[in-house]
Amino acid sequence: MQPLFLQGPSITLRTIILVLISIAVMVADHRWRALETVRGSIESYIVYPLRYTINLPSQFFSWTDKSLSSHELLLDENRKLHEQQLRAQVSLQKLSVLEKENARLRKMLSARPKLGELVLVAEILSIDLDPFKQQVILNKGASKDLYIGQPIIDAWGVMGQVVHLGERSSTALLISDPSHAIPVQVNRSGLRSTAFGTGNSQLLELRYIPHNADLEIGDQIYTSGLGGRFPPNYPVGRIVSIERPAGESFATVIAEPMAHLDRSREVLLVWHNPPVKDVLTDEQIEQASQKEGDNGNN
Amino acid sequence: MVTTKCFRIVVPTLTVALMLHMWPLPEWLEYARPEWMTLVLLYWALAMPEQVGVTIAWFAGLLIDVTQGAILGQHAVGLVIIVYVVQLEYQRIRVFSLAQQALVVFLLLIIKQVLTLWVTGIVGQAPDLSLYFLPSLVGAMIWPWLFLLLRDLRRRFTQSNRF
Repeated sequence: MQPLFLQGPSITLRTIILVLISIAVMVADHRWRALETVRGSIESYIVYPLRYTINLPSQFFSWTDKSLSSHELLLDENRKLHEQQLRAQVSLQKLSVLEKENARLRKMLSARPKLGELVLVAEILSIDLDPFKQQVILNKGASKDLYIGQPIIDAWGVMGQVVHLGERSSTALLISDPSHAIPVQVNRSGLRSTAFGTGNSQLLELRYIPHNADLEIGDQIYTSGLGGRFPPNYPVGRIVSIERPAGESFATVIAEPMAHLDRSREVLLVWHNPPVKDVLTDEQIEQASQKEGDNGNN
Repeated sequence: MVTTKCFRIVVPTLTVALMLHMWPLPEWLEYARPEWMTLVLLYWALAMPEQVGVTIAWFAGLLIDVTQGAILGQHAVGLVIIVYVVQLEYQRIRVFSLAQQALVVFLLLIIKQVLTLWVTGIVGQAPDLSLYFLPSLVGAMIWPWLFLLLRDLRRRFTQSNRF
Protein backbone atom coordinates (compact mmCIF):
# COMPACT_ATOMS: atom_id res chain seq x y z
CA MET A 1 0.00 0.00 0.00
CA GLN A 2 1.26 3.46 -0.83
CA PRO A 3 1.66 5.61 2.29
CA LEU A 4 -0.41 8.74 2.21
CA PHE A 5 2.41 11.24 2.86
CA LEU A 6 5.57 10.33 0.98
CA GLN A 7 7.64 13.24 2.16
CA GLY A 8 7.00 13.58 5.86
CA PRO A 9 7.28 17.18 7.08
CA SER A 10 7.85 19.65 4.26
CA ILE A 11 11.38 20.58 3.27
CA THR A 12 10.95 24.17 4.38
CA LEU A 13 9.79 23.10 7.83
CA ARG A 14 12.65 20.64 8.16
CA THR A 15 15.15 23.30 7.10
CA ILE A 16 13.81 25.78 9.63
CA ILE A 17 13.95 23.18 12.40
CA LEU A 18 17.51 22.19 11.48
CA VAL A 19 18.66 25.81 11.36
CA LEU A 20 17.15 26.41 14.81
CA ILE A 21 18.83 23.25 16.12
CA SER A 22 22.14 24.42 14.65
CA ILE A 23 21.85 27.75 16.40
CA ALA A 24 21.04 26.04 19.69
CA VAL A 25 23.98 23.69 19.23
CA MET A 26 26.35 26.55 18.41
CA VAL A 27 25.29 28.48 21.51
CA ALA A 28 25.60 25.39 23.70
CA ASP A 29 29.02 24.57 22.29
CA HIS A 30 30.50 28.05 22.34
CA ARG A 31 28.95 29.55 25.47
CA TRP A 32 28.74 26.63 27.82
CA ARG A 33 31.15 24.08 26.32
CA ALA A 34 28.28 21.65 26.85
CA LEU A 35 28.93 19.39 23.88
CA GLU A 36 32.53 18.30 24.42
CA THR A 37 31.38 14.71 24.97
CA VAL A 38 29.41 14.70 21.69
CA ARG A 39 32.41 16.11 19.88
CA GLY A 40 34.67 13.63 21.63
CA SER A 41 32.63 10.63 20.57
CA ILE A 42 32.30 11.79 16.94
CA GLU A 43 36.04 12.39 16.99
CA SER A 44 36.81 8.95 18.44
CA TYR A 45 34.45 6.77 16.43
CA ILE A 46 34.16 8.46 13.03
CA VAL A 47 36.92 10.97 12.47
CA TYR A 48 39.83 9.23 14.19
CA PRO A 49 39.85 6.15 11.89
CA LEU A 50 39.92 8.49 8.88
CA ARG A 51 42.70 10.58 10.41
CA TYR A 52 44.67 7.45 11.16
CA THR A 53 44.32 6.32 7.55
CA ILE A 54 45.42 9.70 6.23
CA ASN A 55 48.45 9.69 8.50
CA LEU A 56 49.53 6.21 7.35
CA PRO A 57 51.47 7.27 4.23
CA SER A 58 53.62 9.75 6.13
CA GLN A 59 54.18 7.18 8.87
CA PHE A 60 55.19 4.68 6.21
CA PHE A 61 57.66 7.12 4.69
CA SER A 62 59.28 7.92 8.01
CA TRP A 63 59.50 4.18 8.71
CA THR A 64 61.20 3.42 5.36
CA ASP A 65 63.43 6.41 5.89
CA LYS A 66 64.57 4.97 9.21
CA SER A 67 65.04 1.43 7.98
CA LEU A 68 66.89 2.44 4.82
CA SER A 69 69.24 5.05 6.28
CA SER A 70 72.81 3.86 6.21
CA HIS A 71 74.90 2.56 9.07
CA GLU A 72 77.24 5.50 8.68
CA LEU A 73 74.45 8.05 9.06
CA LEU A 74 73.11 6.34 12.14
CA LEU A 75 76.54 6.24 13.74
CA ASP A 76 76.99 9.91 13.02
CA GLU A 77 73.63 10.75 14.55
CA ASN A 78 74.44 8.57 17.52
CA ARG A 79 77.69 10.45 18.10
CA LYS A 80 75.92 13.78 17.94
CA LEU A 81 73.25 12.66 20.36
CA HIS A 82 75.91 11.41 22.78
CA GLU A 83 77.56 14.77 22.72
CA GLN A 84 74.26 16.51 23.33
CA GLN A 85 73.46 14.14 26.14
CA LEU A 86 76.81 14.92 27.77
CA ARG A 87 76.19 18.64 27.63
CA ALA A 88 72.68 18.23 28.99
CA GLN A 89 74.05 16.08 31.79
CA VAL A 90 76.54 18.75 32.80
CA SER A 91 73.90 21.45 33.00
CA LEU A 92 71.62 19.06 34.87
CA GLN A 93 74.28 18.61 37.55
CA LYS A 94 74.22 22.32 38.24
CA LEU A 95 70.45 22.28 38.12
CA SER A 96 70.07 19.52 40.66
CA VAL A 97 72.16 21.47 43.16
CA LEU A 98 69.95 24.50 42.59
CA GLU A 99 66.83 22.39 42.91
CA LYS A 100 67.96 21.01 46.28
CA GLU A 101 68.83 24.48 47.47
CA ASN A 102 65.43 25.69 46.34
CA ALA A 103 63.67 22.87 48.16
CA ARG A 104 65.63 23.69 51.33
CA LEU A 105 64.78 27.38 51.12
CA ARG A 106 61.14 26.57 50.50
CA LYS A 107 61.14 24.36 53.54
CA MET A 108 62.66 27.12 55.64
CA LEU A 109 59.85 29.39 54.48
CA SER A 110 57.47 26.48 55.11
CA ALA A 111 56.02 27.04 51.69
CA ARG A 112 54.29 24.14 50.02
CA PRO A 113 56.83 22.36 47.83
CA LYS A 114 56.35 22.35 44.10
CA LEU A 115 54.94 19.13 42.72
CA GLY A 116 57.09 17.55 40.07
CA GLU A 117 55.68 17.99 36.59
CA LEU A 118 54.66 14.89 34.75
CA VAL A 119 55.24 14.79 31.00
CA LEU A 120 54.29 12.56 28.09
CA VAL A 121 55.59 12.65 24.52
CA ALA A 122 52.97 12.96 21.79
CA GLU A 123 53.32 13.13 18.05
CA ILE A 124 51.64 15.65 15.76
CA LEU A 125 49.67 13.83 13.05
CA SER A 126 50.25 15.11 9.54
CA ILE A 127 46.71 16.28 9.02
CA ASP A 128 45.51 19.60 7.72
CA LEU A 129 42.94 21.67 9.54
CA ASP A 130 41.33 24.98 8.74
CA PRO A 131 44.23 27.11 7.45
CA PHE A 132 42.75 30.17 9.15
CA LYS A 133 43.23 28.58 12.55
CA GLN A 134 46.43 27.56 14.24
CA GLN A 135 45.65 24.06 15.46
CA VAL A 136 47.31 20.65 15.43
CA ILE A 137 46.13 17.10 16.01
CA LEU A 138 48.03 15.00 18.57
CA ASN A 139 48.10 11.21 18.66
CA LYS A 140 47.26 10.98 22.38
CA GLY A 141 43.83 11.43 23.86
CA ALA A 142 41.56 10.87 26.83
CA SER A 143 42.77 7.27 27.15
CA LYS A 144 46.13 8.68 28.37
CA ASP A 145 44.42 10.98 30.91
CA LEU A 146 44.85 14.15 28.93
CA TYR A 147 42.58 16.98 29.95
CA ILE A 148 41.18 20.06 28.27
CA GLY A 149 43.43 23.04 28.89
CA GLN A 150 46.56 20.90 29.22
CA PRO A 151 49.74 22.77 28.19
CA ILE A 152 51.92 21.37 25.41
CA ILE A 153 55.56 22.31 24.90
CA ASP A 154 58.34 21.32 22.53
CA ALA A 155 62.08 21.26 23.07
CA TRP A 156 62.31 25.04 22.68
CA GLY A 157 59.29 26.48 24.41
CA VAL A 158 55.56 26.57 25.00
CA MET A 159 53.47 25.55 21.99
CA GLY A 160 49.85 25.75 23.12
CA GLN A 161 47.12 23.86 24.91
CA VAL A 162 44.68 21.00 24.39
CA VAL A 163 41.20 22.21 23.41
CA HIS A 164 39.28 19.13 22.26
CA LEU A 165 39.66 15.55 23.43
CA GLY A 166 38.97 12.30 21.60
CA GLU A 167 39.63 8.84 22.94
CA ARG A 168 42.94 8.41 21.09
CA SER A 169 43.59 11.83 19.61
CA SER A 170 43.22 15.43 20.64
CA THR A 171 43.19 18.88 19.11
CA ALA A 172 45.58 21.50 20.43
CA LEU A 173 45.38 25.26 19.93
CA LEU A 174 48.76 26.89 19.31
CA ILE A 175 49.81 30.08 21.08
CA SER A 176 49.84 31.84 17.69
CA ASP A 177 46.07 31.41 17.11
CA PRO A 178 44.24 34.76 17.16
CA SER A 179 41.92 33.45 19.88
CA HIS A 180 44.77 32.41 22.16
CA ALA A 181 46.40 34.41 24.92
CA ILE A 182 49.05 33.37 27.41
CA PRO A 183 50.17 35.20 30.56
CA VAL A 184 53.90 35.94 30.34
CA GLN A 185 56.67 37.67 32.22
CA VAL A 186 59.80 39.33 30.90
CA ASN A 187 62.81 37.53 32.28
CA ARG A 188 65.10 40.55 32.70
CA SER A 189 62.76 43.10 34.27
CA GLY A 190 59.98 40.94 35.70
CA LEU A 191 57.39 42.91 33.69
CA ARG A 192 54.12 40.98 33.34
CA SER A 193 51.98 40.96 30.24
CA THR A 194 49.81 38.74 28.05
CA ALA A 195 50.99 37.38 24.70
CA PHE A 196 48.23 37.17 22.10
CA GLY A 197 48.38 35.08 18.94
CA THR A 198 48.22 36.88 15.62
CA GLY A 199 47.35 34.06 13.20
CA ASN A 200 50.95 34.11 11.97
CA SER A 201 53.01 31.31 13.48
CA GLN A 202 56.09 33.56 13.69
CA LEU A 203 54.51 36.44 15.62
CA LEU A 204 53.00 37.04 19.03
CA GLU A 205 51.75 40.38 20.27
CA LEU A 206 52.18 41.71 23.81
CA ARG A 207 49.30 44.03 24.56
CA TYR A 208 48.59 46.69 27.18
CA ILE A 209 52.22 47.59 27.78
CA PRO A 210 52.71 51.27 28.70
CA HIS A 211 55.23 53.38 26.78
CA ASN A 212 57.64 53.68 29.67
CA ALA A 213 57.83 49.94 30.40
CA ASP A 214 61.30 48.51 30.86
CA LEU A 215 61.54 46.45 27.69
CA GLU A 216 64.27 45.92 25.11
CA ILE A 217 64.56 44.09 21.85
CA GLY A 218 65.96 40.63 22.51
CA ASP A 219 64.34 40.24 25.94
CA GLN A 220 63.19 36.71 26.66
CA ILE A 221 59.62 36.17 27.77
CA TYR A 222 58.58 33.28 29.98
CA THR A 223 55.26 31.93 31.20
CA SER A 224 54.34 33.68 34.43
CA GLY A 225 52.11 30.88 35.66
CA LEU A 226 49.37 33.39 36.47
CA GLY A 227 45.95 32.05 35.62
CA GLY A 228 47.08 28.59 36.62
CA ARG A 229 46.81 27.02 33.20
CA PHE A 230 50.47 27.06 32.16
CA PRO A 231 53.33 26.10 34.46
CA PRO A 232 55.60 29.05 35.28
CA ASN A 233 59.09 29.66 33.84
CA TYR A 234 58.82 27.97 30.48
CA PRO A 235 60.21 30.04 27.58
CA VAL A 236 57.55 31.55 25.32
CA GLY A 237 59.37 33.93 23.01
CA ARG A 238 61.80 36.73 22.32
CA ILE A 239 60.93 40.40 21.76
CA VAL A 240 61.69 41.36 18.16
CA SER A 241 60.17 44.81 17.80
CA ILE A 242 58.93 47.59 20.04
CA GLU A 243 57.09 50.61 18.67
CA ARG A 244 55.87 53.50 20.75
CA PRO A 245 53.41 55.39 18.57
CA ALA A 246 52.91 58.90 19.93
CA GLY A 247 49.11 59.05 19.89
CA GLU A 248 48.45 55.62 21.36
CA SER A 249 48.23 54.82 25.04
CA PHE A 250 50.05 51.49 24.73
CA ALA A 251 53.21 50.38 22.97
CA THR A 252 53.09 47.84 20.14
CA VAL A 253 55.33 44.97 21.13
CA ILE A 254 55.93 41.99 18.85
CA ALA A 255 57.60 38.78 19.99
CA GLU A 256 58.71 35.73 18.12
CA PRO A 257 57.76 32.35 19.65
CA MET A 258 60.61 30.16 20.85
CA ALA A 259 58.78 26.93 20.12
CA HIS A 260 59.03 25.72 16.53
CA LEU A 261 55.30 26.00 15.99
CA ASP A 262 55.29 25.01 12.34
CA ARG A 263 58.19 22.56 12.40
CA SER A 264 58.05 20.44 15.53
CA ARG A 265 56.80 16.92 15.05
CA GLU A 266 57.04 15.71 18.62
CA VAL A 267 55.65 17.60 21.57
CA LEU A 268 55.51 17.15 25.33
CA LEU A 269 52.24 17.15 27.23
CA VAL A 270 52.70 18.60 30.71
CA TRP A 271 50.63 17.70 33.74
CA HIS A 272 50.92 20.85 35.70
CA ASN A 273 48.57 21.67 38.52
CA PRO A 274 46.25 18.90 37.37
CA PRO A 275 42.58 19.12 38.26
CA VAL A 276 43.35 17.78 41.73
CA LYS A 277 40.04 16.10 42.34
CA ASP A 278 40.31 13.93 39.25
CA VAL A 279 43.93 12.93 39.22
CA LEU A 280 45.39 13.15 42.72
CA THR A 281 43.79 12.76 46.11
CA ASP A 282 44.90 14.98 48.97
CA GLU A 283 46.73 12.05 50.54
CA GLN A 284 48.78 11.51 47.42
CA ILE A 285 49.74 15.17 47.40
CA GLU A 286 50.81 14.89 51.06
CA GLN A 287 52.91 11.86 50.23
CA ALA A 288 54.48 13.59 47.27
CA SER A 289 55.35 16.65 49.31
CA GLN A 290 56.81 14.51 52.08
CA LYS A 291 58.91 12.65 49.57
CA GLU A 292 60.19 15.87 48.12
CA GLY A 293 60.96 17.11 51.63
CA ASP A 294 62.99 13.97 52.31
CA ASN A 295 64.93 14.45 49.14
CA GLY A 296 65.69 17.96 50.24
CA ASN A 297 67.14 16.69 53.53
CA ASN A 298 69.52 14.23 51.95
CA MET B 1 15.09 -0.57 -0.86
CA VAL B 2 15.95 2.13 -3.35
CA THR B 3 17.29 4.22 -0.49
CA THR B 4 19.77 1.63 0.82
CA LYS B 5 21.01 1.00 -2.70
CA CYS B 6 21.69 4.69 -3.16
CA PHE B 7 23.48 5.05 0.15
CA ARG B 8 25.93 2.40 -0.89
CA ILE B 9 27.41 5.04 -3.16
CA VAL B 10 26.56 8.24 -1.28
CA VAL B 11 28.23 7.35 2.01
CA PRO B 12 31.59 6.25 0.50
CA THR B 13 31.85 9.37 -1.65
CA LEU B 14 31.09 11.60 1.34
CA THR B 15 33.71 9.72 3.36
CA VAL B 16 36.33 10.29 0.69
CA ALA B 17 35.33 13.96 0.58
CA LEU B 18 35.80 14.21 4.34
CA MET B 19 39.24 12.65 4.05
CA LEU B 20 40.19 15.12 1.32
CA HIS B 21 39.36 17.89 3.81
CA MET B 22 42.08 16.59 6.13
CA TRP B 23 44.60 15.49 3.52
CA PRO B 24 47.94 17.22 4.13
CA LEU B 25 48.75 19.74 1.38
CA PRO B 26 51.78 21.96 0.90
CA GLU B 27 51.33 25.26 2.66
CA TRP B 28 50.85 27.40 -0.46
CA LEU B 29 48.00 25.11 -1.60
CA GLU B 30 46.24 25.02 1.74
CA TYR B 31 44.25 28.18 1.13
CA ALA B 32 43.01 26.87 -2.23
CA ARG B 33 41.60 23.61 -0.88
CA PRO B 34 38.01 23.41 -2.13
CA GLU B 35 35.25 22.33 0.23
CA TRP B 36 35.00 18.77 -1.03
CA MET B 37 32.24 17.74 1.31
CA THR B 38 30.02 20.63 0.19
CA LEU B 39 30.64 19.90 -3.49
CA VAL B 40 29.89 16.18 -3.22
CA LEU B 41 26.82 16.89 -1.13
CA LEU B 42 25.58 19.43 -3.69
CA TYR B 43 25.93 16.82 -6.42
CA TRP B 44 23.90 14.21 -4.53
CA ALA B 45 21.27 16.76 -3.56
CA LEU B 46 20.98 17.59 -7.24
CA ALA B 47 20.97 14.00 -8.49
CA MET B 48 18.86 12.35 -5.80
CA PRO B 49 16.86 15.05 -3.99
CA GLU B 50 14.45 12.46 -2.58
CA GLN B 51 17.20 10.60 -0.77
CA VAL B 52 19.81 13.24 0.03
CA GLY B 53 18.24 16.22 1.73
CA VAL B 54 18.76 18.74 4.48
CA THR B 55 19.04 16.17 7.29
CA ILE B 56 22.03 14.45 5.71
CA ALA B 57 23.49 17.87 4.97
CA TRP B 58 23.23 18.75 8.65
CA PHE B 59 25.07 15.64 9.80
CA ALA B 60 27.72 16.14 7.12
CA GLY B 61 28.19 19.69 8.36
CA LEU B 62 28.61 18.45 11.91
CA LEU B 63 31.38 16.11 10.72
CA ILE B 64 33.17 19.01 9.04
CA ASP B 65 32.89 20.98 12.28
CA VAL B 66 34.54 18.20 14.24
CA THR B 67 37.34 17.65 11.72
CA GLN B 68 38.09 21.38 11.46
CA GLY B 69 37.82 22.11 15.15
CA ALA B 70 35.10 24.68 14.44
CA ILE B 71 32.13 25.47 16.67
CA LEU B 72 29.64 22.61 16.38
CA GLY B 73 26.90 23.66 13.96
CA GLN B 74 28.94 26.30 12.17
CA HIS B 75 29.33 24.48 8.85
CA ALA B 76 26.10 22.53 9.41
CA VAL B 77 23.90 25.63 9.22
CA GLY B 78 25.47 26.78 5.95
CA LEU B 79 25.17 23.35 4.36
CA VAL B 80 21.52 22.99 5.38
CA ILE B 81 20.66 26.32 3.80
CA ILE B 82 22.37 25.76 0.45
CA VAL B 83 21.02 22.19 0.17
CA TYR B 84 17.59 23.68 0.87
CA VAL B 85 18.08 26.04 -2.09
CA VAL B 86 19.03 23.05 -4.26
CA GLN B 87 15.95 21.15 -3.05
CA LEU B 88 13.74 24.00 -4.21
CA GLU B 89 15.48 24.59 -7.53
CA TYR B 90 16.99 21.25 -8.57
CA GLN B 91 14.78 20.86 -11.63
CA ARG B 92 15.98 24.17 -12.99
CA ILE B 93 19.64 23.64 -12.13
CA ARG B 94 19.69 20.18 -13.73
CA VAL B 95 18.99 21.49 -17.21
CA PHE B 96 21.78 24.06 -17.07
CA SER B 97 24.98 23.48 -19.02
CA LEU B 98 28.04 22.54 -16.96
CA ALA B 99 29.42 26.08 -17.12
CA GLN B 100 26.14 27.56 -15.90
CA GLN B 101 25.98 24.94 -13.16
CA ALA B 102 29.50 25.90 -12.11
CA LEU B 103 28.30 29.48 -11.73
CA VAL B 104 25.36 28.40 -9.57
CA VAL B 105 27.66 26.23 -7.50
CA PHE B 106 30.00 29.19 -7.07
CA LEU B 107 27.15 31.29 -5.71
CA LEU B 108 26.03 28.52 -3.36
CA LEU B 109 29.58 28.02 -2.08
CA ILE B 110 29.92 31.76 -1.47
CA ILE B 111 26.63 31.78 0.45
CA LYS B 112 27.90 28.93 2.62
CA GLN B 113 31.22 30.62 3.27
CA VAL B 114 29.53 33.91 4.17
CA LEU B 115 27.29 32.09 6.67
CA THR B 116 30.32 30.38 8.18
CA LEU B 117 32.15 33.70 8.28
CA TRP B 118 29.26 35.33 10.11
CA VAL B 119 29.42 32.76 12.85
CA THR B 120 33.20 33.18 13.08
CA GLY B 121 32.73 36.95 13.24
CA ILE B 122 30.08 36.77 15.95
CA VAL B 123 32.37 34.61 18.05
CA GLY B 124 35.00 37.29 17.53
CA GLN B 125 37.86 35.73 15.59
CA ALA B 126 37.24 36.93 12.03
CA PRO B 127 40.14 35.80 9.83
CA ASP B 128 42.05 37.73 7.19
CA LEU B 129 39.73 37.94 4.17
CA SER B 130 42.23 38.29 1.32
CA LEU B 131 42.22 34.58 0.48
CA TYR B 132 39.06 33.58 2.29
CA PHE B 133 36.85 32.98 -0.76
CA LEU B 134 39.50 31.20 -2.84
CA PRO B 135 38.08 27.73 -1.94
CA SER B 136 34.73 28.71 -3.51
CA LEU B 137 36.42 29.77 -6.74
CA VAL B 138 38.47 26.58 -6.93
CA GLY B 139 35.38 24.55 -6.05
CA ALA B 140 33.40 26.10 -8.91
CA MET B 141 36.29 25.46 -11.30
CA ILE B 142 36.49 21.76 -10.51
CA TRP B 143 32.70 21.31 -10.44
CA PRO B 144 32.34 20.13 -14.12
CA TRP B 145 34.92 17.36 -13.64
CA LEU B 146 33.54 16.33 -10.28
CA PHE B 147 30.05 16.29 -11.77
CA LEU B 148 31.05 13.95 -14.63
CA LEU B 149 32.98 11.67 -12.27
CA LEU B 150 30.16 11.35 -9.78
CA ARG B 151 27.58 10.89 -12.54
CA ASP B 152 29.56 7.96 -13.94
CA LEU B 153 29.86 6.47 -10.48
CA ARG B 154 26.14 6.86 -9.83
CA ARG B 155 25.16 5.31 -13.14
CA ARG B 156 27.36 2.35 -12.52
CA PHE B 157 25.86 1.80 -9.07
CA THR B 158 22.21 2.56 -9.57
CA GLN B 159 21.75 1.45 -13.18
CA SER B 160 19.42 4.28 -13.92
CA ASN B 161 19.88 6.87 -16.59
CA ARG B 162 17.78 9.50 -14.95
CA PHE B 163 19.63 12.88 -15.08
